[in-house]
Amino acid sequence: MTTTTEVREPVEAGAARKTRDPRKKRSRSVFSSAGLYFATAVCALLFLIPFYLIVRNALSTDAEITGENWKWFPTDIQWGNVTELFDDPTVPFAQSLWNSTVVGVLHTIGTLLVCSLAGYGLARIPYKHANKIFYAVLVTLMVPAAVTFVPSFVLVSSLGWVSSMQGLIVPGLFSGFTCFLFRQYFLGFPKELEEAARVDGLGYWGAYWRIVVPNSLNFFAAIATITFISGWNAFLWPLVIGQDQEAWTVQVALSSYMTNQTVNFHLIFMATAISILPLVLVFLFLQRWLVQGVAQTGIKG
Amino acid sequence: MSTTTTRDATRPAPAKVSKARPRRGLRGSTFNFWLFTGPFLLGLVIFVYIPIGWSAWLSFFEARYTVTPDKFVGFDNYKLMLTNGDFTGSLVTFTVFAAIIVPVTWALSLGLALMVHRLRFMKAFFRSVFFLPTACSFVAASLIWKMSIFSGVRFGMMNTVLSWFGVENIAWLANPNPPWYWLVIVTVRLWLQAGFYMILFLAALQNIPPELYEAAAIDGAKPGWQTFRYITLPQLRATSTAVILLLLVAAYQAFDEFFNLLAKSTWGRPPLVELYYTALGDDQDYGAGSAGAVILTLLICTVTLLQGRFMGFGRGEETK
Repeated sequence: MTTTTEVREPVEAGAARKTRDPRKKRSRSVFSSAGLYFATAVCALLFLIPFYLIVRNALSTDAEITGENWKWFPTDIQWGNVTELFDDPTVPFAQSLWNSTVVGVLHTIGTLLVCSLAGYGLARIPYKHANKIFYAVLVTLMVPAAVTFVPSFVLVSSLGWVSSMQGLIVPGLFSGFTCFLFRQYFLGFPKELEEAARVDGLGYWGAYWRIVVPNSLNFFAAIATITFISGWNAFLWPLVIGQDQEAWTVQVALSSYMTNQTVNFHLIFMATAISILPLVLVFLFLQRWLVQGVAQTGIKG
Repeated sequence: MSTTTTRDATRPAPAKVSKARPRRGLRGSTFNFWLFTGPFLLGLVIFVYIPIGWSAWLSFFEARYTVTPDKFVGFDNYKLMLTNGDFTGSLVTFTVFAAIIVPVTWALSLGLALMVHRLRFMKAFFRSVFFLPTACSFVAASLIWKMSIFSGVRFGMMNTVLSWFGVENIAWLANPNPPWYWLVIVTVRLWLQAGFYMILFLAALQNIPPELYEAAAIDGAKPGWQTFRYITLPQLRATSTAVILLLLVAAYQAFDEFFNLLAKSTWGRPPLVELYYTALGDDQDYGAGSAGAVILTLLICTVTLLQGRFMGFGRGEETK
């Protein structure tokens, strides 16, 4: 007797809890959940159309793209378009890919180094003017970098850095926003770890490199991913600085295709596909850090 | 000074150590502070403060083809820019653009987040699909939109689809009348940005305590519109405000898609494109360009400050 009641009771309690939860009850209705999946799938298809068009056009011939009837897929997949693109002398696409890689990597490493150090200094090292200096950094957040491209160009051109790698990289390293994010992060870093390091005889510098950085790799990875993406996709500053073809980044090269006299659709879309590929890979493999980075940088922004 | 004392007060170290440390720490900390922040601050002065100051100085000079002018013209550059129909027109273009793109992106990203949030399987897959466009640059997206989707010729995708319904070809970008180009410009930014803001909304949706929904159900609120209107939406207020602010600042800086989609056409130029052609176009008028940059900077500072106020108020109300 006692055993039966014991068994029955939890079942009843569980059933009551289930019906009380409104969200579970709602989503159990098969009809609304099918409708939800249908709507989501339609939206997803719409979002994927541009990717489909890139792939279709990149692997077709011009005749197929511009033909009388719409072709959903190329009859023969044109892998030759890749070599044709890199052999095309009018736009130095290979050079621009290389430039973008160098700029993206150095920009990311430099920004992380400079801004994380400054963020740590502002967050953790006591100094009587630290607050005033922090306000001086905050003020620059109010002026978006895009608005100051005219003055920045004036300065960089008088340094003789137009069409150069340092002109593309250096002015972008000193991001007040990234510094601010690092400061906020380090404010929340557990103090006990640093104190332990100090007991072991490490100064600020040693504690930073041996304790703080190795314990913050997730945050560094998140900021690095965001920084690399924005560096790779940047257009206005590379356009202003890249006056010679040798200094073009991928984005400037892509843009030049749109104003060219002759339009080779298959080459243009192959170039677009190749320019997007590295970031799509970043998205697929580093999504965890990316989502984390977006949630952190976006909300604070 | 004050920071040091509070740090020492909270430090639970033995008295002997904490007496010896602050003195050495203080002297060493000034050096260390500059060691850590010095490179960044130096760069900030050279590449942010000096350009802004130089530009403010240039804006009072006649500076064509030169950045070291000697002819002082007072406020002439400012008068020139403010009476220049193209520049004021670009502010109108921005206003129209922002009035469309901000609410539409807000609504779409919130809608996507609500949908993805309710999915029970394949949630990660759909989240990735909507987030993926963030990987594309504005240049690449503009290229797809201009050369394929909204290409004005017969084999453009939209024109192909329309032709199945017997509609004539539409010159999406080449003709400002009717202004179809707005559809192209708005959809390209929508596609690129919606997934990004969806992630922000998803994070916020996960933070809404489920007890609220349970309480609402007990009080007789119908699931669906009522719970959304009286629970979800108010709970998302902080995120909504932040998203709207981010969207507005991003719209103010719009350049890439206008520059690439509309090329040299004279219509639909937002402020930064106008500034680009003034300062770096054929005239290379750095004086007028700088004056324009100063005006835009002042405008955006005012807006950010005002919004900071509003956001501050918003947060204060919510914590109460």
